[in-house]
Amino acid sequence: MSATRTDINTGGRWLGLYVLGYLVFLYLPVLLIPLFSFNNSIQAAFPLQGFTLEWYETLYGNPVLSGALANSLVIATVAATGATLCGITVSYMDLYGRSPLAATISAIARLPILIPGVIVGISLLILVNLIGLGPSRVSIVLGHILVALPTTVVVMRSRFAAIPKTIREAALDLGASDWTTFRRVMLPLSAPAVLSAFMLAFLISFDEFIVVFFLAGTEPTLPLYIWSQLRFPRSLPTVMALGTVILAVSFIIAGSAEILRHRGLGAARRPAAAKPA
Amino acid sequence: MSAIAASQPLPETRASPAFRFAMLLPGGLVTFFLILFALGLVIFLAFRGNDGSLLGVGLTAANFVTVATDPLYWTVTLRSLVIAGLVTLATVVTAYPVAYYLAFHAGRRRGLLLFLVTLPFWTSYLLRVFAWKIVLAYNGVLNSAFIESGIWSEPTLAFLNTPAAVVVTLAHAYAPFAILPIYVALDTIPKSLLEAASDLGARPFTAFRRVVLPNSMPGVLAAALVVFVPTVGDYVTPAMVGGPASTMIGTLIQSQFGKANDWPFGAALSVCVMLVILCVVLVARGADRRFGSRT
Repeated sequence: MSATRTDINTGGRWLGLYVLGYLVFLYLPVLLIPLFSFNNSIQAAFPLQGFTLEWYETLYGNPVLSGALANSLVIATVAATGATLCGITVSYMDLYGRSPLAATISAIARLPILIPGVIVGISLLILVNLIGLGPSRVSIVLGHILVALPTTVVVMRSRFAAIPKTIREAALDLGASDWTTFRRVMLPLSAPAVLSAFMLAFLISFDEFIVVFFLAGTEPTLPLYIWSQLRFPRSLPTVMALGTVILAVSFIIAGSAEILRHRGLGAARRPAAAKPA
Repeated sequence: MSAIAASQPLPETRASPAFRFAMLLPGGLVTFFLILFALGLVIFLAFRGNDGSLLGVGLTAANFVTVATDPLYWTVTLRSLVIAGLVTLATVVTAYPVAYYLAFHAGRRRGLLLFLVTLPFWTSYLLRVFAWKIVLAYNGVLNSAFIESGIWSEPTLAFLNTPAAVVVTLAHAYAPFAILPIYVALDTIPKSLLEAASDLGARPFTAFRRVVLPNSMPGVLAAALVVFVPTVGDYVTPAMVGGPASTMIGTLIQSQFGKANDWPFGAALSVCVMLVILCVVLVARGADRRFGSRT
């Protein structure tokens, strides 16, 4: 890839500096949250007042917080399971189902990208009220399946597409039924991607705020808890400590998902867009 | 079974109905019920009057008349479009060189860099916006840093609660969205095209302007779309860093389903936003055709 001509190389060096600056812009504001979460002051301001773990201690023994955490974990697990199941079946049928219906479903499944979150939220709010669920944890799960669906479809679709066609055809020619081919051949071959899709869907649900705002009943999720605390200046450091924990967990899960997505087959050399174009 | 299979040319054609049904069911339920039916409900509700009940009453276009005649909604819609447009422009223009570097110069660092630019995408949007709130606040990071370094003696209120704060915050929050589509478009440009351009004597900048840029336009348009859509309907950032002068259309929709409690009117506003997005998508599609989409 390295260009032979020097003018392109020097251009690349300047561009490299730009990329470095861009990364700083991308990360610096977010990294201020961990920085000030250890700062011994109620305000996020310079100069730093000294190191403390006091704000992390306030996270312990807060029943509302632990309730919100439990809610978020349960909702994210169920929603990620649902979104992954849908992502697997939708993309599999899109690629191998050979029916207009399967292609239509796959296209609609990626539609939420073109709808602002606020509209997804209110449309589901109307729907869950109509069917009698009302704002509740089940409603949040439905909303998060929807929000995570485009991602799981894209991740699974690129993995299924990367499996050589001949493998599936061989299984079918040797007499395996569609179900057996799917379950014993295609699914094991895409296992890392399944796990990756699940983890990304889990993260999306765990961090989601815009849709959950409309669908939550009396039991808040973690982002809703943070939102409710932002009104109180005194709880700013606690929010930063909580935010730091969430950021750390997000980085770890997203990193593992990324590694998994590229593992096995050696096929996913070109990264699939996290968002389909 | 194997004899039948052998006589059939395509394995795809013998999928059992039960298998097809089971595989289509979860996706079908979600897409048709949660997406299409729910959106249909919004459109239906938009044409109803508000009587406090769930689905409203009557059949009326009054909601749309109000949206069209009250200057407030024109102001807010225009503001949303300007803010989302600026955010999209800023995001795409700043992301392009990064995608270019990734596609043509990154070499062995490419995997790591791709990972680093996509990682923030998976972190909490609320926390990313919150980070800007503490940066821009009156007694926040930026003000205190300027005072500490002796540039200013008094903190300024000029950062927070301005439309500019909304633009910066949204541009930062959605920055990771723009890089991947552009990168994929750049990466799929056949290298032979670039070699041909330079063999035929095009200077690097000419080659970029006449070959690389037009060929990457599908990615640029896709990037613009995935940034524009969530920002035009955003209500969290205006609430956190924007102040009253930055009310956006998403804020109005949210309040119709909250404090104002006029669901049919909120639904009508949502329909208007979807129409605006539809127009933008159609324009982008048209532009995509002009540049000869490869996707």
